[in-house]
Amino acid sequence: MSDNLLSLKHVSKEYSGNKVLKDINIELKKGEIHALIGENGAGKSTLMNILFGMSVIHTTGGYEGTIEIEGKETHIKSPHDAMDYGIGMVHQEFMLIPGFSIMENVKLNREITKPNLVSPIFGKRLETLNIEQMNEDTRKALDLLDMDIEEYVQVAGLPVGHMQFIEIAREIDKTGIKILVFDEPTAVLAESEAANLLKAMKKLAQKGIGILFISHRLDEIIDVADVVTVLRDGEHVATKKVKDTNKYEIAQLMVGRSITIDREEGTNRNIVDETILDIENLFVAMPGERVKGVDIKVKKGEIVGIGGLAGQGKLGIANGIMGIFPAKGEVKFKGKKSALNDPKSAIKSGLAFVSEDRKGVGLLLDESIESNIAFSAMQIYNEFLVNAGPVKLKDSKKIREHANKMIKELDIRCTSSMQRVGSLSGGNQQKVCVARALTLAPELLLVSEPTRGIDIGAKKLVLDLLKQLNNEGMTIIMTSSELAELRSICDRILIICEGKVEGVLPPDAPDAEFGLMMSGSGNGNMEGREA
Amino acid sequence: MVDISRKGTSFNDIVKKIGFPTIFIGGFWILLLIAGGALGISIKTLISDTIKRAGMNGILVLAMVPSIQSGTGPNFALPVGIVCGLFATVLAIEFGFTGWAWLFVSIAFSIPLSVVVGYLYGKLLNAVKGSEMTIATYTGFSIVAAMCLAWLMIPFKSPNMGWFIGNGLRETIQLDVIGGDKILSNFLSFSLFGENGLITVGGEKGIIIPTGMLIIFFLCCFIVWIYFRSKSGIAISAGGINPKFAQSSGIDIDKCRIKANILSTIMGAIGIIVYSQGYGYTQLYTAPLMMAFPAVAAVLIGGASAQRAKVSHVIIGVIIYQGLFTTALPVANQLFEGMDLSEILRMVIQNGIILYALTQVKGGDN
Repeated sequence: MSDNLLSLKHVSKEYSGNKVLKDINIELKKGEIHALIGENGAGKSTLMNILFGMSVIHTTGGYEGTIEIEGKETHIKSPHDAMDYGIGMVHQEFMLIPGFSIMENVKLNREITKPNLVSPIFGKRLETLNIEQMNEDTRKALDLLDMDIEEYVQVAGLPVGHMQFIEIAREIDKTGIKILVFDEPTAVLAESEAANLLKAMKKLAQKGIGILFISHRLDEIIDVADVVTVLRDGEHVATKKVKDTNKYEIAQLMVGRSITIDREEGTNRNIVDETILDIENLFVAMPGERVKGVDIKVKKGEIVGIGGLAGQGKLGIANGIMGIFPAKGEVKFKGKKSALNDPKSAIKSGLAFVSEDRKGVGLLLDESIESNIAFSAMQIYNEFLVNAGPVKLKDSKKIREHANKMIKELDIRCTSSMQRVGSLSGGNQQKVCVARALTLAPELLLVSEPTRGIDIGAKKLVLDLLKQLNNEGMTIIMTSSELAELRSICDRILIICEGKVEGVLPPDAPDAEFGLMMSGSGNGNMEGREA
Repeated sequence: MVDISRKGTSFNDIVKKIGFPTIFIGGFWILLLIAGGALGISIKTLISDTIKRAGMNGILVLAMVPSIQSGTGPNFALPVGIVCGLFATVLAIEFGFTGWAWLFVSIAFSIPLSVVVGYLYGKLLNAVKGSEMTIATYTGFSIVAAMCLAWLMIPFKSPNMGWFIGNGLRETIQLDVIGGDKILSNFLSFSLFGENGLITVGGEKGIIIPTGMLIIFFLCCFIVWIYFRSKSGIAISAGGINPKFAQSSGIDIDKCRIKANILSTIMGAIGIIVYSQGYGYTQLYTAPLMMAFPAVAAVLIGGASAQRAKVSHVIIGVIIYQGLFTTALPVANQLFEGMDLSEILRMVIQNGIILYALTQVKGGDN
């Protein structure tokens, strides 16, 4: 028998014909820290769902391949099974009850009890809690983590770092824990807290627990992991010993060049040396995509790309400029300071936005194509209206004419301009969003995730459309999680990491540099390569 | 085989388009009408009553459209608008207006009053986003209770509406004294299929059409319909379906919600004035307490949901709902003597349909 604690052999998974995991092999040894790295959508969460027997996996047809725990093939059918096999998870969001003490949180639903007068009659559920024993256990777990906090302290009000440790304490307190999964544990921690956590992980590994460490921070992986596995687009790219590799190589493996979309320069590009948009020290409070002070200058006629991993704040920038989420800082458009937190004045100044949340923010799904296209222009510029005495009524004829023009220009595939937007395909819905933005006749177009959820053919059409608009003189800021598409049309690409601009790269920069910047290690001086 | 399945889908499509509750309750009404005819009850009278009651309640039901469209849900605080209308009515009587003057002055007084009150109510709803319907229900209850005090303490002197002994206003004010009884209903009214031919003016037998009242109802319907085709109305609708979408287009959603609730309150106020003249009495004190529920039920039966409502839903809904109850009462009395079955039925259907609609609230998202 091998000394493997956990081995995944040839694991594959498909969701309705779409392969999201292809032949993954991972081996985790006792006392080893095994890092798992990959871009968003690389398949990390699906893999963890399989490992924890989540119901999404089983309701969509299960998985292929085998999972062995300590050399024995096992079938994990539910999260409860996973717990029985000794697999524990430290969540990114804390699953703690603030009003309970640390001990109560650690022992929740696993309380140690002793019999009392009524319990022989009413059963185990009514036994008295054995507080001393539970306190002792909790103390042990906390001590293991070098936490000198008292176990009876209430969780509410503790610093984030502490909460993370309580989560870990809860996992290691479970008897027979063999494997611990850390899902981006340092994402919400301050630097010193993160360092403590990494120390604790090493200590746990020394106790013989196998650790699966999901992170996108390359520095941490180099620092703490023994082995690293890189996933990309559901494929197992490589597994390497950390001591045999370096940041640069991992970054390169992580980004790779998955789908190449050919890049052709526009013929009559007209980039003027005039700053059209000047963002200074912008902060945006968009939940999950916080922007923490970015400076960006955009030249007239440019296509600027904004990239980065999910949750790092790249989506917050456009949403902040357009006033959809609360923002502060200074944004100058065409030399004039534009008011933040006011979508109306942002649109009026000549900006238009195609949201990343197509179905939520971008469209009225139950309305017709024509009302969607005309809506913003009608509300902001009083277009498509006729005066009927004191009221302004919508001018259906004008709206239809305009919508038909847009349908033709953007090649929106539909039965008529009256068709419900919700019944269109993703790519055509996206074109309706673009059409609505174009109807505002903007000078600068902000597009977020323009190709999310649409098939590859439609992707190319949308990107071509953006290129064509740019050729006609429109400045474009495109935010996307797909590096390939940013590289295919942008003049330069800003990589956002942890709410700040990590660096700017030309579209033809090597993969590794993109990877390093996305992982927050893009210091620009890696092995003599100047960005 | 193929034919059957095709038929199946087309039938399903029709049901889907009109809505299952509408078809079910509408069918039930027609069944009752037939049963009534079989039992020897005059169908003409039943239909006359249906039209009369639909006309009386129509504008109150119409008040649901703006509030549903704006995303605040059915206006369970309809009594807020109703007390505005009642206050305007008694004010007009106090000033000594009678007949048509009373009607128009009442409506004229009620509008500015409901604008102010509707504005404050809209502010309240914006402060409690997410639980509008519950808050609205209790706002309606509270305002009725508060007005009970006001009716007692108002120093109005008109003998047409005071208690015979002591201060305050009567519970029921007869409108025939001031010439307001059925003033709209009788305006240009005529009867169809009466004894003396197809159309007879002022005839008593046959299907009586309360022309004046219907004109006002359809006028209000037209105003609401046209408003929701205007810039401001479209903004309200968009804010109701998808607040994030509207906001990203620079729409001030809070303002839209206030506008919609002002409109709804005005409709409530005008609605009760039209209702009172058709009834012949103005009822104060606790009379408006439960008036929101039949109106909510009617618009829902007409095919509206808690998030989407159209003027057509109002017209269909008010006819089916009121038709059902004017028909159910005599039919049930014939069938089950001595039992107040129709009132029980009314409660079951009214509250059942509201419950049904509220359970569907989250179902509409995709």
